Amino acid sequence: MTYTPRERREAREFYLFVSPWLIGFVVFTAGPMLASALLSFAEWDVITPPRWVGLDNYRALARDPLFWKSLGVTATYTLIAVPLHLTVSLAVAILLNQKVRGLGVFRTIFYLPTVLPGVASLMLWMWIFFPDGLLNAFTGLFGLAPEAWLADERLALPSLIAMSMWGYGSTMLIFLAGLQEIPQHLYEAAEIDGCGRWSKFVHITLPMLSPVIFFNAVTSMIGTFQVFEAGYIATQGGPNNATLFYLLYLFRNAFEYFQMGYACALAWVLFWIIMALTLLVVKSSAAWVYYEGKR
Amino acid sequence: MHRHRFERIAIYAILISFSAVMLVPFAWMVSSSLRSEAEMFPYPPNPLSWGFWAPDPVRWENYVNAWEALPFTRFLRNTLIITTGRMVGELISCSLIAFGFARLRARWRDALFIVLLGTMMLPGQVTMIPVYILFSKIGWINTFKPFVVPAFFGAPFFVFMLRQFFLNIPMDLDEAARIDGASTFQIYTRIFLPLAKPPLAVIAIFLFMGSWREFLGPLMYLQETERFTLALGLMLFRSYGEYATRWDLIMASSIAVSLPPLILFFLTQRLIVRGVTLTGIKG
Repeated sequence: MTYTPRERREAREFYLFVSPWLIGFVVFTAGPMLASALLSFAEWDVITPPRWVGLDNYRALARDPLFWKSLGVTATYTLIAVPLHLTVSLAVAILLNQKVRGLGVFRTIFYLPTVLPGVASLMLWMWIFFPDGLLNAFTGLFGLAPEAWLADERLALPSLIAMSMWGYGSTMLIFLAGLQEIPQHLYEAAEIDGCGRWSKFVHITLPMLSPVIFFNAVTSMIGTFQVFEAGYIATQGGPNNATLFYLLYLFRNAFEYFQMGYACALAWVLFWIIMALTLLVVKSSAAWVYYEGKR
Repeated sequence: MHRHRFERIAIYAILISFSAVMLVPFAWMVSSSLRSEAEMFPYPPNPLSWGFWAPDPVRWENYVNAWEALPFTRFLRNTLIITTGRMVGELISCSLIAFGFARLRARWRDALFIVLLGTMMLPGQVTMIPVYILFSKIGWINTFKPFVVPAFFGAPFFVFMLRQFFLNIPMDLDEAARIDGASTFQIYTRIFLPLAKPPLAVIAIFLFMGSWREFLGPLMYLQETERFTLALGLMLFRSYGEYATRWDLIMASSIAVSLPPLILFFLTQRLIVRGVTLTGIKG
């Protein structure tokens, strides 16, 4: 296919405008991805030169109890937090969609926690979870004994999950917007046919909302797999590794134990896990996600 | 009719109680920040009493003391440098790149765009370590360059957002400009940029918020305390033995650090809400 001079000039201009991204892609994305893949087959403590070890890192990984522990912690967190986030956000969005007065005020209140810098919220919640802190004061009202929430092996992860619920504001906003897009006439038609409350929800709201649910589920899941600050700041991965999130373990291997090769192996395992899960959700979406305009 | 009224009351009741749960931590934060050290742990701990919430005496000095306990003014300066550097870099690069994808045709354009979309979903961990090593080899550790320089190479998400916006601008404007002899670059600067103010404003806000709260990046790249950002500085309180349990100071500084994002949020609420919901709906 031959190109006219004008087309060639336009193509040159295209590459010129897009060049920042092209260069950045090679230097900050493609190159590093290749490098970390190669590094995962090596042992490197940054001071001495890297040493090729083949699959050793991956073998060590499979035998590493902390690897499995951190995977378990992150998986548990995801499996509990994501459905919880989605359900509560959706429930609140539905309530807000009932033509309530002061919608703007409520919306602001629910979104506000997400505006705080993560470190600030974590400090606040560490203080709330403190043995002499707010939460124990409240549970004391009901006659419950004070707990060492973040210092207790069984309670630390659930406490962090509960804490994350404070920040579901943006998910809720997206659900609200999705709800508002559902055409009223669908509900009216259903009412004429004698549909009850629950039936309307299951047969109109949920299907029409399914693309949004799908989007929120995927982004939530990817987000929870990358939790770091909560583990690093609030609990330092403890007590006894009860909150050793995967990314925290990876970080430690790279920057505290200087095991760059091993850390890269960990990174790639995480990458494939996230890819696999995302693919799973995407494939399953064909069954339950309904797109209005798709044929 | 009665059932309807009951339902309305139930809805408001639930919403108000949820709101209370959301707001109580904020109230506690403010209350704790104004307490004196001796009063940190009100006894007996009765959350239903007014005394539990209202500090007596009210110590406004906590804010000053907290700010001076650690070099917060320095942290603020550092955070501002990184944030504004980033904002400038991204706003310039993302609009250039988005314009290219939206208006200029080339054989590999669509394939490259798909690659761009792919990188949007990339978990950062697979590039994190080599990028760190790269910056380490060129001596950029403990500087602000790792934050500001990459911003001039575009961010996939914002490029995507702007490209969608640019696609909606009618070609007539381009053609009219061409007839007047405008070059491609002039079309970009005279037509597209001015029109792009709304999405650019949203992007600027998101960049500000994101940069202000960033933790992992600063943790990796900034080694000396005097280069720390506000987010890192806040965490420092817990590492200093004498301050580790000064929750009054910690709360005061947490609030201080949160004020700029909060103020920005209240000023630009509508834009933020629209930005967040658009990402969800288009996604």
